[in-house]
Amino acid sequence: MTEATGGIEMEEDTSGKVKKFLYVNRKAPYGTIYALESLEVVLIAAAFDQDVSLAFLDDGVYQVVKGQHTKGIDVKNFSPTYRALEGYDIEKLYVEKESMEARGLKESDFIVPMKIIGAQEMAGLMQSQDVVLSF
Amino acid sequence: MPITVAGKTIETDEEGYLSNRTDWNEEVAKEMAKVDNCDLSQNHWEVINFLREYYDEYQIAPAVRVLTKAIGKKLGPDKGNSKYLYELFPYGPAKQACKYAGLPKPTGCV
Repeated sequence: MTEATGGIEMEEDTSGKVKKFLYVNRKAPYGTIYALESLEVVLIAAAFDQDVSLAFLDDGVYQVVKGQHTKGIDVKNFSPTYRALEGYDIEKLYVEKESMEARGLKESDFIVPMKIIGAQEMAGLMQSQDVVLSF
Repeated sequence: MPITVAGKTIETDEEGYLSNRTDWNEEVAKEMAKVDNCDLSQNHWEVINFLREYYDEYQIAPAVRVLTKAIGKKLGPDKGNSKYLYELFPYGPAKQACKYAGLPKPTGCV
């Protein structure tokens, strides 16, 4: 306690601390709003210059496959936006190997370069984060 | 608030962004700028055209930080800085230039 703060405990100054954020994406790109909302949060939060990673698991791997055509369901194809992430300095993108293989996908099917990691390694990645946001 | 260009009424949202992106043409941009008392120079068009290309490629309007960096890459450091871009677009380069480019308001930090 100090005189200057009138006896109120001030929080430690954390303005310079970079936290590790992981955005976990588990749902198919269309049909629910989760994938698009996650991407928007990522783009907005990019302004805070944190250490950001994105992970794609389960049907979430479909968010980042090439050649999405959405005309038939009358929604915007936002998959090209994943290619803009590099410009936002978000370059750590992970796909879970088991989810990818279960859907008959391979590394060359993705719209941007992805790091393919197994479930075990994915668990470790999640463990190492300060903040995990699940969509 | 709709705007009128060459006798045609064009719908915009409450902040003046086009409701329908396909309504855009250069005359629309000029008319929007006129409302803001802004005379579009070659330097303005450089940024507007850049934004339209960016949107075509990535389907989003870039945040101002990303725009500044990308402009610097394409047009050189004397144009890729906040001072230059704010002088061209005093209401905020991403916000104002996106409006004239017929794009939606950028997501996040503008």
